[in-house]
Amino acid sequence: MKTNPLFKPGHTACAGCGQAIAARLVIEAAGPNTIVANSTGCLEVFTTAYPETAWNVPWIHSLFENSAAVASGIEAALKYQGKKDTTNVIAQGGDGGTADIGLQALSGMLERGHDILYVCYDNESYMNTGIQRSGLTPFGMNTTTTPVGSLSMGNPNPKKPLPEICAAHGIPYVATASAAYFQDLQRKVKKALSIKGPKYIQVHVPCPLGWRHESNLTLDVARLAVDTGLYPLVEYESGVLSGRRQIVPKPVEEYLKVQARFKHLLKNPDEIKKIQEIADNNIKKYGLKVEAAPQA
Amino acid sequence: MKQFFEGSHAVAEIVRLCKPGVISAYPITPQTHIVEDLAQMVADGKLDAQCVNVESEHSAASVVLGSEACGVRSYTATSSQGLFYMSEVIFNIAGMRLPIVLTCANRAISAPINIWNDQQDSISLRDAGWIQLYAENNQETVDLHLMAYRLAEDKSIMLPVMVCMDGFILTHGMEALDMPEQALVDKFLPPYKALYKLDTAEPLTFGALAGPDYYLEARYAIQDTFKDVLAMLPKISEEFRGVFGRDYKDCLVEEYFTKDAERVIVAMGSVCGTIKEVVDELRKKGKKVGLLKVISYRPFPYARVCEALKNVAKVAVLDKSVSLGAYAPIATDVKAAFCGKKKAPKIISSFVAGLGGRDITLESIRDIFRKLTVREVNGEFIDLKPELLKEKYED
Repeated sequence: MKTNPLFKPGHTACAGCGQAIAARLVIEAAGPNTIVANSTGCLEVFTTAYPETAWNVPWIHSLFENSAAVASGIEAALKYQGKKDTTNVIAQGGDGGTADIGLQALSGMLERGHDILYVCYDNESYMNTGIQRSGLTPFGMNTTTTPVGSLSMGNPNPKKPLPEICAAHGIPYVATASAAYFQDLQRKVKKALSIKGPKYIQVHVPCPLGWRHESNLTLDVARLAVDTGLYPLVEYESGVLSGRRQIVPKPVEEYLKVQARFKHLLKNPDEIKKIQEIADNNIKKYGLKVEAAPQA
Repeated sequence: MKQFFEGSHAVAEIVRLCKPGVISAYPITPQTHIVEDLAQMVADGKLDAQCVNVESEHSAASVVLGSEACGVRSYTATSSQGLFYMSEVIFNIAGMRLPIVLTCANRAISAPINIWNDQQDSISLRDAGWIQLYAENNQETVDLHLMAYRLAEDKSIMLPVMVCMDGFILTHGMEALDMPEQALVDKFLPPYKALYKLDTAEPLTFGALAGPDYYLEARYAIQDTFKDVLAMLPKISEEFRGVFGRDYKDCLVEEYFTKDAERVIVAMGSVCGTIKEVVDELRKKGKKVGLLKVISYRPFPYARVCEALKNVAKVAVLDKSVSLGAYAPIATDVKAAFCGKKKAPKIISSFVAGLGGRDITLESIRDIFRKLTVREVNGEFIDLKPELLKEKYED
C-alpha cells in the first residue's frame, strides 16, 4: 500500500460506495500532477468536510452544475502560466451534476476544446439528496421521485445517451467504464490523459444505499451490469465507436434480483422483458456478444 | 493628455493595462463593447490573456472563479439578467475570497424586458459579499477599476469588487479622459501573488464543506473584512492621488457643497453629474443645496454618511432601483445610518427615479429639491405618467 495516496482513507463514504472506489482509481491513474474540479454531490461531501480532506492533489469545489466551467478556467490559467503541458485537469461529478444541471457547462467545455478530462460517476440517481430520479436513472428503477405505485412501475424513461451526446461533439475520446473493472478504468483514464483536448469518461458506480443491495456486493453488481449488456463498456475516438468490452451475456434478472430498486419488476415478466430488450439492443448495437469459443 | 473614449472602450483599455491573465464573458447589452474590445486586443497581441468565450454568464463567472483560484488575475463583465444568472457563482466567489474584478454595466431587470439603465441588477446582489463601487463618469470608471484590483488583491482584504457603471449613459457615452500610462499602472498595481492557489507543488482543497461548527465564522470573517475595506479604500485612494494626481478623497463618498447645505440629495452613479448641474444652478440663486455621492455602496460608509449629513436639515435619497414592498435600497441605508443618532436631518425623503432608462432630467432634480421644502415622502416615484396608470380591469 502507498504511504501517501492521492485519495486518502478516512473519508465518510458509505460502506461499499462504488463512487469512492472509482474516484480513487481515477486519481491514482491520473497521478499527482493533476488539478481536480469537483461538482456538488456525495463525492464532494464525503471527501472534504472541513477541516479534513481526502484529496492529496489540488482540488476545488464551487457549485453543482459548473465543474466543467471551473475546470475550463483552471485550464485557461495553466495555459497562461505555461504549466498546461505538465498538468492534468480533471472535472468530475455525479450523474445529476453531469447529465442534467451541468450538461450546458459540459457541452461548452467540450465544444471549446479545453484540454480537460471530465469524469462522470454514474450511480443513476441523485443519491446525495435521497435517491431522486436523474437523466441517467435506468428504466424501471424505483426512486423517491419515480416511486412504484398502483399506476407506476418506477422510472418511465430510459437513460439519457450521454456518452453518445459527448461523442457527437467530435471530441477525441469518450469511454464508459465500471467500478468493477479496475484495470479497464485506469487504462481508459491514462489513455484519455495522453490525448490533448476534451475527453469524457462515464463510470458506472453502484450505490448500496440507493440501489439497495448488500454493501459487500458492490463489485458483483457492477460486473453484472456490464455482463448483462445493460452497461456496455465502449470507447469512441473522434466520434467513432472504436472499442467495446465483449461479454457472454447473462439474463438481466441476474442483475435485477440482487437490487431492491428493481424488486417490483421481478414478478412482472412484461417489465423484465422490456429491460431485457434494452440489454439486447445494446448487445446488438455495440457488438458486445463474444462469438462462441471453438470446441476443444 | 486627455483622449476621447467611449466608456466601454475606456474600460477595456484600463483592464488591458491591469494585465489580467484570464478573461471570460458572455455577451449581454450594454456590456458587449467592453469584451469585444478586449477580444480584439488579445487577437492583435496587445494583451497576453486567455479569452474564454463561454456558453453562459454562469460559466463566465465559473471560469474566472477557476482561473483566479489558480492565482491568475482574472476579469469578467456583465449586466442585468447576466448578473442574475451569475448570482450563484457571485456568492461563491466572495465566499472563497477570490479577488476578481467584474464590471457591471447597470441595466434594468425583466419583466418587462428592458435593456436601458437603472441600478436594480447590482443593487439586488448587494448581500453577495462583493465590494460595490459606483462611477459617476468614465474618468471615475477607469480609475475605480484600477483601484478595484488594488483593493481586491490586498492581502488584508481578498474580496471581489464589482465596478458599476450606468449602462448606455456611461458604457456608450463619449468622454475626454486621462488614460493612465502603463508604467504608472505597473507601479500602482504590482503583479498578483496569491496567498493560496491551486498548485500541484502544494496540494490544497478549496471549497470544502463547512458544517454548523465552521460556517458562521467563515461568514463573519467577510463581514469583518468589510470594516477593513472602509479603512483601506481611503489609503488606496490617497496612494492613487500620489501616482496619478486625481483626488477621490476617501473614495467612499464625494461631498459636493454639503458643508453649509440645507437640502442635500444622496445618489449614486451618473445621475450625480445631473445633480451637480442643478446644485450649481441653485447655488447661483443663493439656495443652499448640495449632493452626497455614494461611491462605495458595499461596504456602506454609514459613519461617513452621518458625518456629511448630520447638520443638513433636509435630505432626499434618490434610488435608481426599488426593493418592492419595502423602502428603496439606498434610502434604507441612509435612514439606518441615523437610527438612534441625536444629530440627524429633520427630513429624510426617498425618491425612486429613472427605472428602465426613463430620463432623469434637470427638471426631475429641481422637482426633488422643491419637494424637499415640504413634507417627508417615502419612495415617491418621480416622473410617473399618470395617464399610463389609469387602466383598470372590469368584471
